[in-house]
Amino acid sequence: MRLNIIRAVFFLLVIAVIISCQNQETIDLQNYISSGKDIYKAKCQNCHGENGEGLGQLAPPLTDSVFLKRNKNRLACIIKNGLNEAITVQGKTYKEKMPAFPELTDIEVAQLMVFVTNAFGNNQGFVSYQQVSSQLQQCK
Amino acid sequence: MNKIVFSVASCLLFTSLIFSCTQNKKLPYYGERHAETVRDAAGVEKIDTVYQTIPNWSFLNQDSVVTTNKATDGKVYVADFFFTSCTTICPTMHRNLMDIYTAFKGNPDVLFVSHTIDFKYDKPSALKKYAQKLGVDGPKWLFLYGSKDSVYTLAEKSYLVAVGEDSTAKDGYIHQGYLVLIDKDKHIRGAYDGTKPEEVEKLKQDIPLLLAEYKK
Repeated sequence: MRLNIIRAVFFLLVIAVIISCQNQETIDLQNYISSGKDIYKAKCQNCHGENGEGLGQLAPPLTDSVFLKRNKNRLACIIKNGLNEAITVQGKTYKEKMPAFPELTDIEVAQLMVFVTNAFGNNQGFVSYQQVSSQLQQCK
Repeated sequence: MNKIVFSVASCLLFTSLIFSCTQNKKLPYYGERHAETVRDAAGVEKIDTVYQTIPNWSFLNQDSVVTTNKATDGKVYVADFFFTSCTTICPTMHRNLMDIYTAFKGNPDVLFVSHTIDFKYDKPSALKKYAQKLGVDGPKWLFLYGSKDSVYTLAEKSYLVAVGEDSTAKDGYIHQGYLVLIDKDKHIRGAYDGTKPEEVEKLKQDIPLLLAEYKK
């Protein structure tokens, strides 16, 4: 009987350890997403919309997963430095200038990027602050 | 028996009172007002209240056509102040206003008037591009360009919306995001913060109320 209890406890312990290990990245992801959401509301939502739907042909929607995936390595630079070139999103051309957000820190850019690429029907997983930091140093 | 008749009668009276109240609901008047002595049709002198009135104006619209206050004659309209390169409150204001525009697109008695406060860059061609990209076509929503003086004075003195140049602001200008509701007699009947969905919703409900005041 006692042995059984010890076994059961041990077994549960092992499961708990496994779950917590698996969840470290999920926890980071959730943290980034929740901070990123606040930054999105403050800095991006007025143009890109509450649901990332964009605004006419003034601001592109953020729901084009293909565009986001293809430009994955540029997203951090676009967020921080803005964009001044025509882009094609979901088959439509957008020519308006996107403003720069130099006030955002590297970690904030990372949180924002993780939020956007995992919201509005996108599901591209986690990007760490270190990766974003090194991307930002290579902005053109 | 008498009691029943009495209670039914008082009930009816009460409901009719409630109904008459809701039907007579009038939007408030904003701004300065003063009393003036006027003569009515019969020539009898009486004292009347004169409400703040939007003065005459003349600007260029998004098609570079001279447009005056005559365009608003016989219409209830919503006015606001913005500029095309604004990245802060304007996109939200116009996203919300777009919703109202769509709702009243088919009503010939409703008009939309947006004044740019960027007298340097927002020439009619820039306004036209902006309107098209926002998804607005046609004369139902006017985008107006005018000199700094005329637009800023109109904003602050007549529509009671604060506007200004500010070199410390991100986009170079600061302004309030009010959507101002004007009646057919050019009086201010409402001001709604265009960045707040609940206030924009109220504007959407107030426009039919205002239109109803003219139905006799």
